[in-house]
Amino acid sequence: MAQQFRTSSGGHIDRGRVISFTFDGKSYQGYEGDTLASALLANGVHLVGRSFKYHRPRGIQTAGSEEPNAIVELRSGPRKEPNTRATTIELFDGLVANSQNRWPSLDFDVMAINNLFSPLLSAGFYYKTFMWPASFWTNVYEHVIRRAAGLGTAATEPDPDHYEQCHEHCDVLVVGAGPAGLSAALAAARTDARVIIVDEHPTLGGSLNRDNYTIDGKHGSEWAAETAAELAAMDNVHVFSRTTVFGYYDHNVIGAVEKVSDHLPVPPAGHPRQRMWLFYPQRVILATGATERPLVFGNNDKPGIMLASAARSYVNAYGVKPGKRVIVATNNNDAYRTAIDLHRAGIFVTAVVDSRAHPDAPLADELKKLSIRLLTGSAVGAAEGGKRVKYAQIVTTQGDTLDPVRIDCDLIACSGGWNPNVHLHSQSGAKPVYDDSILSFVPGESRQAEVSAGAANGSFALQDCLDQGNAAGAEGANMAGFEGKEVKAAKAEDEGVYALEALWIAPTPYNKSYKQFIDQQNDVKASDVELASQEGYDSVELLKRYTTQGMATDQGKTSNVNALAILACQRGEPIPQVGITTFRPPYVPVAMGVFAGHTVGNDFMPVRRTAIHDWNEKQGAVFIEAGLWLRARYFPQYPGDTLYNCYVRETEATRNNVALVDVTTLGKIDIQGPDAPEFLNRLYINNWLKLPVGKARYGIMLREDGMVYDDGTTSRLGENHFFMTTTTANAAGVLAHMEQYHQTEWPDLDVVFCSVTEQWTGIAVAGPNSRKLLEKVIDIDVSNEAFPFMAVGECKLNNITARLFRISFSGELAYEVNVPADYGEQAWLDLLEAGKEMGVGVYGTEALGTMRIEKGHVAGSELDGRTTARDIGLEGMANRAKHFIGKHCSERPALLGDGRLQVVGLKSLVPGRNLRIGAHLVDPDKRLGSVSQSQGHISATTYSPQLDCGIALGLLMDGASRHGEQLDAVFPLDDEKLRVEVCHPVFIDPEGELVRA
Amino acid sequence: MLRIECPWCGVRNEDEFSYGGDATVERPADDASQDDWYHYAYTRDNPAGPHREYWHHVNGCRAWIVVERDTVTHEVFSTAPASPNLPAGNREG
Amino acid sequence: MHYSALSLVKQALTGNRGWTRAWRNPEPRKQYDVIIIGGGGHGLATAYYLAKLHGITNVAVLEKGYIGGGNTGRNTTIVRSNYMLNANSQFYEHSMKLWEGLSQDLNYNVMFSQRGVLNLFHTDAQRDAAARRGNAMRLNGVDAVMHDLDGVRKLMPHLDFSKNTRFPILGGLAQPRGGTARHDAVAWGYARGADRLGVDIIQKCEVTAIKRDGDKVLGVETSRGFIGAGQVGVAVAGNSSRLFDMVGMKLPIESHVLQAFVTEGIKPLVDTVCTFGAGHFYISQSDKGGLVFGGDIDGWNTYAQRGNLPTFNHVVAGGVTMMPCLARLRVLRQWGGVMDMSMDGTPIIGKTPINNLYLNGGWCYGGFKATPASGWVFAHTIAHDKPHKLNADFTLERFREGGMLDEKGVGASPKSH
Repeated sequence: MAQQFRTSSGGHIDRGRVISFTFDGKSYQGYEGDTLASALLANGVHLVGRSFKYHRPRGIQTAGSEEPNAIVELRSGPRKEPNTRATTIELFDGLVANSQNRWPSLDFDVMAINNLFSPLLSAGFYYKTFMWPASFWTNVYEHVIRRAAGLGTAATEPDPDHYEQCHEHCDVLVVGAGPAGLSAALAAARTDARVIIVDEHPTLGGSLNRDNYTIDGKHGSEWAAETAAELAAMDNVHVFSRTTVFGYYDHNVIGAVEKVSDHLPVPPAGHPRQRMWLFYPQRVILATGATERPLVFGNNDKPGIMLASAARSYVNAYGVKPGKRVIVATNNNDAYRTAIDLHRAGIFVTAVVDSRAHPDAPLADELKKLSIRLLTGSAVGAAEGGKRVKYAQIVTTQGDTLDPVRIDCDLIACSGGWNPNVHLHSQSGAKPVYDDSILSFVPGESRQAEVSAGAANGSFALQDCLDQGNAAGAEGANMAGFEGKEVKAAKAEDEGVYALEALWIAPTPYNKSYKQFIDQQNDVKASDVELASQEGYDSVELLKRYTTQGMATDQGKTSNVNALAILACQRGEPIPQVGITTFRPPYVPVAMGVFAGHTVGNDFMPVRRTAIHDWNEKQGAVFIEAGLWLRARYFPQYPGDTLYNCYVRETEATRNNVALVDVTTLGKIDIQGPDAPEFLNRLYINNWLKLPVGKARYGIMLREDGMVYDDGTTSRLGENHFFMTTTTANAAGVLAHMEQYHQTEWPDLDVVFCSVTEQWTGIAVAGPNSRKLLEKVIDIDVSNEAFPFMAVGECKLNNITARLFRISFSGELAYEVNVPADYGEQAWLDLLEAGKEMGVGVYGTEALGTMRIEKGHVAGSELDGRTTARDIGLEGMANRAKHFIGKHCSERPALLGDGRLQVVGLKSLVPGRNLRIGAHLVDPDKRLGSVSQSQGHISATTYSPQLDCGIALGLLMDGASRHGEQLDAVFPLDDEKLRVEVCHPVFIDPEGELVRA
Repeated sequence: MLRIECPWCGVRNEDEFSYGGDATVERPADDASQDDWYHYAYTRDNPAGPHREYWHHVNGCRAWIVVERDTVTHEVFSTAPASPNLPAGNREG
Repeated sequence: MHYSALSLVKQALTGNRGWTRAWRNPEPRKQYDVIIIGGGGHGLATAYYLAKLHGITNVAVLEKGYIGGGNTGRNTTIVRSNYMLNANSQFYEHSMKLWEGLSQDLNYNVMFSQRGVLNLFHTDAQRDAAARRGNAMRLNGVDAVMHDLDGVRKLMPHLDFSKNTRFPILGGLAQPRGGTARHDAVAWGYARGADRLGVDIIQKCEVTAIKRDGDKVLGVETSRGFIGAGQVGVAVAGNSSRLFDMVGMKLPIESHVLQAFVTEGIKPLVDTVCTFGAGHFYISQSDKGGLVFGGDIDGWNTYAQRGNLPTFNHVVAGGVTMMPCLARLRVLRQWGGVMDMSMDGTPIIGKTPINNLYLNGGWCYGGFKATPASGWVFAHTIAHDKPHKLNADFTLERFREGGMLDEKGVGASPKSH
């Protein structure tokens, strides 16, 4: 029979819209407006999950995001979401959900055997065993434990949905749209302040949608709907429903997640699944309400035992009867509403069991009027039943447990009092304080611009909620600079007084031992808390860690205070002395996709392309990423052409003729001002004051700790105008480094500079025929006499304004042409065209690397942040008579002594075998033991077509004085060993005749 | 989320900035002792409480600024340009 | 009380009423031979090894809060010894060896799980750096394996192996003996072990001043009164600067927050420890089922043990990029620990200019995995008043002398290590 547990009328559901769904493969129907939990209950389904450790049957305990038990795998395939709370899933057509952590079925779970062994599985039992033999932990015990632990199963395919991140500023942010929140938002909005109000439910109203309140003469939910409509119509108000504030961060920044499409089968085209909001409010009003505490009694985890307020929710908000025969168990007044509302919905309330000897008379009278039995000074000592509660054993709270009263029931609605939701307040840096009158924690002194109102503030009376919200809203707007005339809060009718007496653990029938659960999701029992305390894990934090209480997906929302109180009882101390653990974000678990947003996959980092990129691509270049740039690595000429073939061919083309390479990615910094030479003089270890206009110079920069930071050529374009190049990798860093020193240390230097990396395209023209090529397109004299090595000048390349530099990284006669980036491709084409008749080639970074190794030019793999100028053989460049960054620290004794790794050249002594980067250098034929024999390593390798030999650069201990020695280059990862000879790092043209030709 | 007021650009999120460390450390003169240079490069007060520190508005106007901030509460007390020679902030524009 | 399967059964049969305190709760004495400030894993391990290996049992560990409440209980529990520089490699490998017998040594299951650590690489340059490090490890007697793409796929089947991905996986450097351990259990196991050898573990005892006579420390003022000491060892990483401020010393250390995150518990999905090479992200799965992950420090001085959004977002973006199915899993908790970020990324363990005061700090990210060796060498250093050869290079003086141990090569920039 479909939905046999519906009430005849009522609830905020649309009975005209029937929705079909399946749970564990079985089809059911619900109504629009249902949650999965309410729809399951409407169909009489109470058993929905199995517990973590003991695999006990579990039902639906709450009607909200605090749910510990009713967690399911929602959806299937790549959209599967494990551990989703049935109480927060809005029902949609075709919804598929499955129970989890059971085998073979929910109804019959073999792991329930753990229940029998529970005395063995007490708190922390795993710390005391599984130690023998040692090797068994990872391979046997842990293997089994890991598979038994965990809850649902994750999808393994990529998530097909996407997530957004948005920002919004406002004057007043109201978190929660119950009576306090709505009234706060209204009061603030009436001052014209920009107001944001956020609520996790699809409909605003909070407890007003659950309870039968009357405000301003209307039903509370009606008042809520009207107020929500009024707010939504105001231009200065932004209402967010289905949105949960998950984090209160520094500087009053609030993080929230909006569930944009979770109530739909799939997100509509172009819509994200969820959206992260960062709110930047002037003032925050926390109207986050309160969470009801369960009672701790024997077998209090059985399906059919739920919070009293949840039972009310299901009846009033969803038109569902959560049971037929109900016991309401309480230690406070509030649960009496449940008895009354359920009774009015036609459910038989067999008894209200109140632990207090003398509950408030008016309420008792009300029950009497309705002929509901009231047992005072009594408590449910234990519940009995299999997969659903069947009866309760009622004991007196005043001592006698030997004569329990058995009352049959299929639902126990229980209330242990209410905890204000102080989570966000705590996250804001404040410390909640204990309030004995409500036996719970309330907000303490504010640390950020926030205030709590209503139930979140420990004020549970409806009129107090409305008044506090109203006052907080007006005050918040006022503090944000908005004035408004005082408006009275809405008027609530008929307000009972909230009163309670402590009942942290109910006495058990016959003083028998029962499982009394505190943290139901993690299966933490009262006895676990007692054991932890007995063993010395007796501070709240140790307790939490030892028992795992509060560490489950519900983050202890319903269990924290009960655990604390029981620990306090155990220690014989008042609760405030025991303290409270810090609440951490997020308030509810939030999908990782939300935090990642759109910056994932190919958009995780930007890609940079040079002006010549498209041409390179058309040529079929293979690219390599360097500093986010895509650089052409080599140019295959036919299918199957190899990297090796290409770089050898490209190197030979350069060395024997002429070839072009795109060097745009080098960092470029334009530096101007009268103090530019002095600035450079301090940045670089070498001299810059006397560099003539029209000349370039190679420079080395150190970090303050004396290690080489970067190198490159800087040219003097004019008296007060320099042009610096940096390595590709350090381009951004060097600019920041210069800005730091200029602005923090040497603001007196009259110099300005900025990055022009993107503004210029750089093309190197290298090889013996480079001059011949350039003569055809460049309008200035490029002869050796007119334009010698290291000359710099302005010129035109055909019609393009250009800068020409006589510099060489390849070691060949070479020039570098810079043109404005917009003309980069044209300049490249012009050069290719001009070189066509001489057979000009192009080369990529691989050939570039080959030639730089042959030439012994150091690069990133040698400048690894641990080498000094001395280590790379360039100490001679330093002018220690002047001041430069890193000068003093580079003079520390250990950096000048023996044992430093220094740059050397290495030649393979095995014909036909090339060296490998990452190999280490050891004495020949040394047996390798446990103490490293490494004397250094290989940092860059290539086959040198010129030398017809595998060569390398390496860093070798005291290497500068070891040329001629033979060593083994070992690669133990692959069991390889190769004999090498140490040599000078410059393999070709040591005198530099080629570059000066 | 730290919200840092750049003297030129106004209040901005911390992800526009990069951190530059203790701003009270003074760079020694060229003829200072090795000991002075050691302390300059390596040792820090590292207080729990108010801290004067550099931030670089690296994804903004690229100014280096001095921020007084509490390292426990993260409250920012003041911000100012690091360089006295840069033009005064004009946030109207 | 000895822990074993038998003791569990015995106790289970008698209602678990016979379990005794794992460590005592003593009143502080007036004077100890050695006081260790800091009841985290390192301090407790130091006390344990002082008593066990050096016969020094008149020892107190002073903890301002509860034991293991600092970084011991806040880290992502990874244990590895995959370092490149010899001094680091040998020290962390010693730690690895101690880990391998720790549960049995302590009679406390610290759940040391050698499920392996895998560092992915995505570019040739990263592969080269991995080769250099892997070979250095092997030369130091540390296990290391270079995996190609197929090898990676076997260990981590759900990564982004798609064809046109921005960060293609070329392979990974693995240390099969690496893995994870149960962080709290390390503190508790050492506490129980030290206590059984006579060490006093004194919680809620905050050191407020260090009393000196010239170059000699006499004892410490605490929230529970003055306690005299023959030698004082400081193991309070995160707060080392604050402690040494009490003796007027500045350290080459800044305090920074490192965040960590855990998802809801799920059935096994990640069977090793894996790091992304194209962003700051590492992940493993706890025995309870939560995916534990983290990334880089926030990068500015702080003593606040809490999380923040920008780094969080960036870390998660890296994670989802590396493993796209993570997007739907939910983050359960975000928290932070305060790191002693040293100026070269390597810890400082040794003597100080004050004769009987010793420093164990500057752990950066490396603290948890080092716990056993850290305590072991620190105990040796205190017992012999000179460092063991395993920590001989980890001196405070190395910065003055130029003997930095800079694994990353980024220099005197704590935020970059």
